Amino acid sequence: MTTTELSKKDKFLSVFSSQDYSDEENYYISLRTQAKEELKNLDFPTSKNEYWKYTRLGKISNSDFCLGKQESIDINSFLIPDLDATVLVVVNGYLDESLSSKIQQNGVTVCSLSHAKKTNQDSFSKRFNKNTASKNELFLTINNAFHSDGIFIEIDRNHIAEKPFHILNITTSNQSATISRNVFISQPNSKLKIVESFVNLNGEANFQNHVSEIFVEENAHLEYNKIQEKSNNNFSVTTEQVQQKANSNFTINTATFSGALVRNNLNVEIEAENCETHLYGLYLAKNKDHIDNHTVIDHKEPHCNSFEVYKGVLEDESTGVFNGKVFVRPNAQKTNAFQQNNNILLNDTATIYSKPELEIYADDVKCSHGSTTGQIDDVAIFYLQSRGIGKQSALKLMISAFAKDALDKISIEPLHDFINLKIEQRFE
Amino acid sequence: MAYSEDDLRKELKNQEYKYGFTTNIESEVIPKGLNKDVIRLISAKKEEPEWLLEFRLKAFENWNKMIEQKWAHVNYPEIDFQDISYYSAPKGKKDKKWEDVDPEMKATMEKLGISVDEQKALSGVAVDFVFDSVSVKTSFQDKLKELGIIFCSFSNAVKEYPELVKKHLGTVVPPTDNFYAALNSAVFSDGSFCYIPKGIRCPMELSTYFRINEANTGQFERTLLIADEESYVSYLEGCTAPVRDENQLHAAVVELIALDRAEIKYSTVQNWYPGDKDGKGGIYNFVTKRGICHESSKISWTQVETGSAVTWKYPSCILKGDNSVGEFYSVAVTNNYQQADTGTKMIHLGRNTTSTIISKGISAGFSNNSYRGLVQINRNATNARNFTQCDSLLMGNKCGAHTFPYIETKNSTAKIEHEATTSKIGEDQIFYCNQRGISTEKAINLIVNGYCKDVLNKLPMEFAVEAQKLLEISLEGSVG
Repeated sequence: MTTTELSKKDKFLSVFSSQDYSDEENYYISLRTQAKEELKNLDFPTSKNEYWKYTRLGKISNSDFCLGKQESIDINSFLIPDLDATVLVVVNGYLDESLSSKIQQNGVTVCSLSHAKKTNQDSFSKRFNKNTASKNELFLTINNAFHSDGIFIEIDRNHIAEKPFHILNITTSNQSATISRNVFISQPNSKLKIVESFVNLNGEANFQNHVSEIFVEENAHLEYNKIQEKSNNNFSVTTEQVQQKANSNFTINTATFSGALVRNNLNVEIEAENCETHLYGLYLAKNKDHIDNHTVIDHKEPHCNSFEVYKGVLEDESTGVFNGKVFVRPNAQKTNAFQQNNNILLNDTATIYSKPELEIYADDVKCSHGSTTGQIDDVAIFYLQSRGIGKQSALKLMISAFAKDALDKISIEPLHDFINLKIEQRFE
Repeated sequence: MAYSEDDLRKELKNQEYKYGFTTNIESEVIPKGLNKDVIRLISAKKEEPEWLLEFRLKAFENWNKMIEQKWAHVNYPEIDFQDISYYSAPKGKKDKKWEDVDPEMKATMEKLGISVDEQKALSGVAVDFVFDSVSVKTSFQDKLKELGIIFCSFSNAVKEYPELVKKHLGTVVPPTDNFYAALNSAVFSDGSFCYIPKGIRCPMELSTYFRINEANTGQFERTLLIADEESYVSYLEGCTAPVRDENQLHAAVVELIALDRAEIKYSTVQNWYPGDKDGKGGIYNFVTKRGICHESSKISWTQVETGSAVTWKYPSCILKGDNSVGEFYSVAVTNNYQQADTGTKMIHLGRNTTSTIISKGISAGFSNNSYRGLVQINRNATNARNFTQCDSLLMGNKCGAHTFPYIETKNSTAKIEHEATTSKIGEDQIFYCNQRGISTEKAINLIVNGYCKDVLNKLPMEFAVEAQKLLEISLEGSVG
């Protein structure tokens, strides 16, 4: 058994081994080498692995992939209406500067990841790969070893970004494999908003492995909005590795509208006092979609608050997985942690696995979580019907309202409208 | 059983584990180690039929192929299964009459407050007393027999009702279920067997009292309880063990079968020796408990867990029949260096099935207390309903409380609610009590008892009093 499994992994990895990194500095090459070493001891996780209990990877491990290439495409259909933002376009893992906005924002450094490596600023090099190395997680390690390119955004101390950044992360062509990576740094007292859309153009059965390393320094505010909308049997495994410093505020909104296999690993490490963390998520799955959200909030220091709300609507033969973990370390007194997961199944063929976990080692804390699976309230439907709204419309109205609720905290108005519209269209 | 405040005060003074004495009774202990010959020896000693020996040997073969599960949130040193004696029995011929019971044994029972003798007959509890590996005495046999109720030791049942045992043994917890269930199936020594015939409502509470006495032995008992159609039974289980420095293993299997429209209420007060203040000694309690519910039947698990150094226990319900009901009420207290990973599994297969889970965890000292539960709604379980509430109370900042619920839903009509909270006793609550002249220690007892009320209320009266006392003693000195 082991030999066939091994060959699957090696076959999968061989796709990326042809990539050339020789123009990178030795330091970055050594990081890759270390990750490649680690990969020797890792394999595709099976259902015996608690972390992957509900997500089968056969679709990925049994496919033949090829490397995605840089190509020129029309991005207009992917833009968010009325969103005044600096647009950055990443195609198959490479920043396309010709398609991206040229205008620079005051106090913000934006460039491709490869460029950041070349200029090798201190703030970048001391953080890059710091929290993602040696995590013993296959996809993260693959990303450490073989990432192609991505976006680096750093906002300087005491700056507020004038406009949000909109990253279009696009994959194309059939069975392409993309390994992309972002690094975002919010320096002290700064405020930054980022939107990232994960979409695909024409390509069937694409695979994307994406990692965002996010650093929120003292008193900084960062809002990261992630929209996953890949169609046509696409697979993605994404990881956000977030590190928060004192008095910082981090918000992430994750909207997943489709995906044959989507796995989101969201890890937030709260390393200092008085932090606030908001995690909101919505997953709408249909057909044979499989959407898996794993979140970890690690409270290491006292006086921090975290809020987490994930909602899902599952149709057809789709599967949803939610696994939220809240750690409260012995030192993290006065922590206030809240976690909620609500699901609606629209068919008997849909499945939801919900696993909200608490691991608490400090006593003076308020931690709670809730998980529900249910239906739309009959009484509410009746109320709407009695006011002349047809049953089907009433149902749609209620489901849209349920879904919209999860991402109500998005502070970028056009994005908020865009997502609401998407939800309404979905249930029309 | 009147219990006054003076009693409480006396008891609180004596913080030590109350049941820690050893009985000086001659025992027959087989040599340490585990292999096919040992199993044959146990089987021979118990004069078992061939099919049971085969059942054991098959389980042993399976066990050999299995590896110990490590997913529970507990830590303990590797157990050397060859360093345990798998059979220990008080010497002397098996007693049939109360008069013949060894006086030492009688004294032990008395110390444990067990109502085996006639004088306590009024309390209306039929008791089966399992001492080390062997069932010593079962009371009220005749009275129960009149109603056709069978309540006896497992080995008796094998001899007298082999067809019943053979039909049901291992149907709910198959020998391949998990590592410790397999081990138990191979070496189980004795336990209780109970059968309630059709339409009979068992007039008294049935009770088994488990006691480990001998050092270096493991206790592996097996309980099989069958409630035939439209019957009802309430069953109690209590456990204690002497204070010893080394860890002892207890791996039991309990199987409940509730046939159509039957109801089983199964209550446990588990008070195995928890180890001393530094975490030395104590029982490893690795138990597999599971019940199967047929149509419109009900199984209700109630447990108060205060003992054991390490607990690993998930009383479960398979809701196979339509309209069946599963309930789980639990209070788990850990103090000092105790570790508990406990919870339940509710597997909804039939339509209109309902399950309720109320779990209250209290951790103090350096202990870790985890709730781990599974609620599974299968495709055809239309209109299934589950409500889960698991609360944790933390006392002190060296302990941990954890929640690991698994909620798997495959039917759109299911309604599932899960909520969990973790907090400590509020300073304002204590202050309020202090203000009214209630000392802090008392106030904590009051608050803890209130916190556990939902579960304690589900216990039969006598047990509830016992459980309340236990709670107080377990938490004694945990708040400074």
